[in-house]
Amino acid sequence: MSKTITIDGKVIPFEEGQTIMDAAMAAGVYIPHLCHQPEFTPHGSCKLCTVKVNGRNCSACTFPAADGQDVLNHTEELIEDRKKITQMLFVEGNHFCPSCEKTGNCQLQAVAYHLNMLDNHFPLFYPDREVDASHDEVMVDHNRCIFCTLCVRASHEKDGKDVFAISGRGIHKHLIVNAESGLLKDTDVAATDQAAHICPTGAILIKRTGYQVPIGQRIYDHQQIDQVSLATEHPKHGE
Amino acid sequence: MYEHLETAENRDSLKRVVVDPVSRVEGHGKVTLLLDENNKVQQARLHIVEFRGFERFIQGRPYWELPVLVQRLCGICPVSHHLAAAKAIDQLVGIDPENLPVSADKLRRLLHFGQVLQSHALHFFHLSSPDLLFGFESDISKRSVIAVLGEYPDIGVQGVKLRKYGQEVIRMVSGKRVHGTGAIAGGMNKSLSKAERDYLLQDIDQMIAWAAGSVALIKKVHCTNLPYYDEFATLRTNYLSLIKPDGALELYHGGIRAKNERGETIMDQVDYCKYNDYIHEEVRSWTYMKFPYLLSLGQENGWYRVGPLARVNNCDYIDTPLAEAARVEFKAHSGEAMVHSTLAYHWTRLIEVLHCAESIKELLNDPDIMGSDLVAQGEKRYEGIGVIEAPRGTLFHHYQVDENDIVTKANLIVSTTSNNMAMNESVRQVAAEYLSGRELTEPLLNNLEVAIRAYDPCLSCATHAVGKMPLQLELVDAEGKLIDKLVKHSDGQIERDNA
Repeated sequence: MSKTITIDGKVIPFEEGQTIMDAAMAAGVYIPHLCHQPEFTPHGSCKLCTVKVNGRNCSACTFPAADGQDVLNHTEELIEDRKKITQMLFVEGNHFCPSCEKTGNCQLQAVAYHLNMLDNHFPLFYPDREVDASHDEVMVDHNRCIFCTLCVRASHEKDGKDVFAISGRGIHKHLIVNAESGLLKDTDVAATDQAAHICPTGAILIKRTGYQVPIGQRIYDHQQIDQVSLATEHPKHGE
Repeated sequence: MYEHLETAENRDSLKRVVVDPVSRVEGHGKVTLLLDENNKVQQARLHIVEFRGFERFIQGRPYWELPVLVQRLCGICPVSHHLAAAKAIDQLVGIDPENLPVSADKLRRLLHFGQVLQSHALHFFHLSSPDLLFGFESDISKRSVIAVLGEYPDIGVQGVKLRKYGQEVIRMVSGKRVHGTGAIAGGMNKSLSKAERDYLLQDIDQMIAWAAGSVALIKKVHCTNLPYYDEFATLRTNYLSLIKPDGALELYHGGIRAKNERGETIMDQVDYCKYNDYIHEEVRSWTYMKFPYLLSLGQENGWYRVGPLARVNNCDYIDTPLAEAARVEFKAHSGEAMVHSTLAYHWTRLIEVLHCAESIKELLNDPDIMGSDLVAQGEKRYEGIGVIEAPRGTLFHHYQVDENDIVTKANLIVSTTSNNMAMNESVRQVAAEYLSGRELTEPLLNNLEVAIRAYDPCLSCATHAVGKMPLQLELVDAEGKLIDKLVKHSDGQIERDNA
């Protein structure tokens, strides 16, 4: 007999070794997330996928599913918490959607829309961060980094390169690259690397390609992030 | 001229009258008058009290962001900034205007015609028609587009729909009515589909008819108020605009032509990339807006006017038939080589609306706008200059980038900046001729705003607004009696008025 959990009262089967996120996505249930991509080792850092498991807050992307778990996902309280987390991500960096080339294709923006985030709520930090455009093809705009580590994992797990890492703690946390100069041009990153394309925001970009996709043809122009996420991360639910 | 009214002597002993904010213009500005004991005007200034930061904060950004970032200067004519920046970054990827793919060039022109049409329609119908239809000193309740819609519903509705049409052209080409994308370095990111083309074609004949009607309307308004309309705020000035190689009116790309008040050529077909050799800017302490002038004529005499009046004055002809006929009629009215009436800005603005509508029809019937060859690429350069005729006049964007594609330097000369001296001079003229010595009333002060409004200034474009709208907060009890009032002035100062 297969094992099951319930998410918001819906009975969902899972296989041994799956996380709550895995089980939910396989069943076509969207749990908001930014730092998670099924093809990489879960990291549990963005906390957007926080769900209540038997009354306790847990990150769905790292918490193993276990038989009989009662999971709450789409509740007013959790949506409100996720909205606050998203607002904090916005104010910590410099996210200016109106002119950002990632707008319409940005997961941070899309998740904010999904959560009905209408303002920043918190005061903006306006941190002083650099743009590293030293590499001929790839650039890093540190203003938009949310420390999801997807680039770190993609570079390590898929590209076999270790171009990116996170350094510092707390508010001093920042993305670094694997070069003594600290510049991207002195790393072995390439525009074909998965790490150069994985960024959910506009922090890592392929140079000179901005705005080439017209408005109306961008990823989130006609679909919300939940539809896109289920369709692209678990295609069988995309129809 | 009235330069002596720029700075009065004995300023402390004079009475101060302030028009703040100047209404029905884009952005925030104020006019100050200093009067002596006989109400004679001793000083009159148009102040632009806002700070503009774009030239600074685009430094450090990659160049391909420029058309999308810099267009945020303005919500009325973002397309002008979008295209001026795009022309500049074309050069950064080694593409000069003649090498832009034909489809991309025509799509940009279509986008620009839509923009000029909507901006001019907005200005004439929404902002200025109340003055022109009801009189400059009419009751304040009449001075809005709502009153126009009430008393002249046909004119009001045509204005709204003409503007809407222009916005729809913009939406079809750039994806959004305001702040779309569209132009990218070396071309455009999409062409028009047949469905989009057909959607725009269905209303274009109506737009041309309404545009022609609006030209007839302004001609009638102008000519029934002579000689007042020819004299009010009128200045004999130099004029500057882009021009086609054959001397036709041009809005998207051409050489610089400047003429003096007698219609004699100061310069012609000058490559705008050399603008720095011909135009300099002067800074004055009392305003955030600079004063550009033609180097060859010097600071004193080198200032010039830009915009519809300059363009129609400067061109030899207009290459669409109805607008050309309207231009011929307009020039015949004055009998002079150049028309100097400041209120003739309205007339020429509507001639341009007609020209835009005719040109849009021409382009919509051109299969190139549905073409697929949209982007060209050349050899990287480190400096790009884009100049365009924005609705309000010649607009200069000038950028330098480093080897990493990052903007290191930017200079923008915005249309309204070029009209700065003229607007101040017009304000001084109106103050001296129409206000001086009279008991000042609110309707009388509207004359000053009418003079400024004729130029259709975009003060936020020229300075970049940071939000200093004056605010009034009133606490009223259940009987409707005012019990407390707080007034926030545009300088941020807060005052309590316990009336």
